[in-house]
Amino acid sequence: MAEWSLYEVFVRSKHGLNHKHVGSVHAADAEMAMENARDLYTRRNEGVSIWVVPSDAITASASDEKEVLFDPSEDKVYRHASFYELPDEVGHM
Amino acid sequence: MYAQLVETGAKRVKSLDEMSPEERAFQEKIDAEVKIEPKNWMPEGYRKTLVRQISQHAHSEVVGMLPEGNWVTRAPTLKRKLQLMAKIQDEAGHGLYLYSAMETLGADRDEEIEKLHEGKAKYSSIFNYPTLNWADMGAVGWLVDGAAIVNQVVLQRTSYGPYSRAMIRICKEESFHQRQGYQILLDMMREGTEEQKQMVQDAINRLWWPALMMFGPHDDESPNSQQSMAWKIKRKSNDELRQMFIDQTVPQLEFLGCTAPDPDLKWNEERGHYDFGEINWQEFYDVLKGNGPCNRERINTRKKAIEEGAWVREAAVAYAKKQKQRAEAA
Repeated sequence: MAEWSLYEVFVRSKHGLNHKHVGSVHAADAEMAMENARDLYTRRNEGVSIWVVPSDAITASASDEKEVLFDPSEDKVYRHASFYELPDEVGHM
Repeated sequence: MYAQLVETGAKRVKSLDEMSPEERAFQEKIDAEVKIEPKNWMPEGYRKTLVRQISQHAHSEVVGMLPEGNWVTRAPTLKRKLQLMAKIQDEAGHGLYLYSAMETLGADRDEEIEKLHEGKAKYSSIFNYPTLNWADMGAVGWLVDGAAIVNQVVLQRTSYGPYSRAMIRICKEESFHQRQGYQILLDMMREGTEEQKQMVQDAINRLWWPALMMFGPHDDESPNSQQSMAWKIKRKSNDELRQMFIDQTVPQLEFLGCTAPDPDLKWNEERGHYDFGEINWQEFYDVLKGNGPCNRERINTRKKAIEEGAWVREAAVAYAKKQKQRAEAA
């Protein structure tokens, strides 16, 4: 198993929806990762499309750094529609 | 419960005042129901406990395939055979979800499986009992998977994110297992011969107590439970879960027209629960120590599967390398 790589699996559950991360599989190559992912994550019609990505190809943010990383967006309330108050007469916008 | 007697390394639970700042921040996060994710800081004891519990849970799924595998070639009809194979394939899948969750804690799958094969890691005591007749397939699905569901539904809220998510996926698939088991028994009781009906009762007689043992020792004899509950790895105590299981199972037992091998089993109006007799704990500890009817057979079968499958894994690696070389040369 040590020689087998880890792949992350993403499944599109329905046409029109995003691929969503569902878990991981070990495999000797991408083709086998795809077959294993099919057997493991779509035994009951859970998907219409699968992506497998080598786990070491993913760069992730550390969840402990949450504050620092997302700090720039926290004080910009004017980016939200609710910041702009309009008179009732204008109606729905 | 698929994980029994999980060692936490703690003699007693520390109070917030006794904790280091990191530990306190961690405990406060747990208390606030914030899930712990792989990259978060966690006490070493929490990590080790989870590796033990999740690996034990995964091993149980994998070894749990063996008592059922015994009946694939002996299933009475093609329909039953297909259902049984689908269930066994699910168990393999559940093992994989759990090993993946375990690997997020830095544990190595091969090493943990090696511990199982050396007898250093445990799996649920229930799988050390033999499956002697076809009704056992029904009783295993109904009682064993039923007990597992009671435990696993609660574990969906466990504090470690990857474990919790694996549990959610497993629970979605598990009710098929229990229903197919109960239906096997129901069919035998409704349409079976006298002999077949006796097989059902015999299966229940043999598996009833081992199913109750799945929840582990009494709360006051389970020193690791308190720490696991404080960390919210466990959400309900062994005795609470066992009572839940009995309360929901007895009406199903009566509907079958069968009885439990427990003369003390009766409804207690005052408590609003069923009372039941004492479990034979000596048997429980013996089986857990490796002296159940099938312990050696189960481990030998696992080892043989790994050894005899080695050439397949090697061939897959060789093939992948060759394909890569060809692609690079082209």
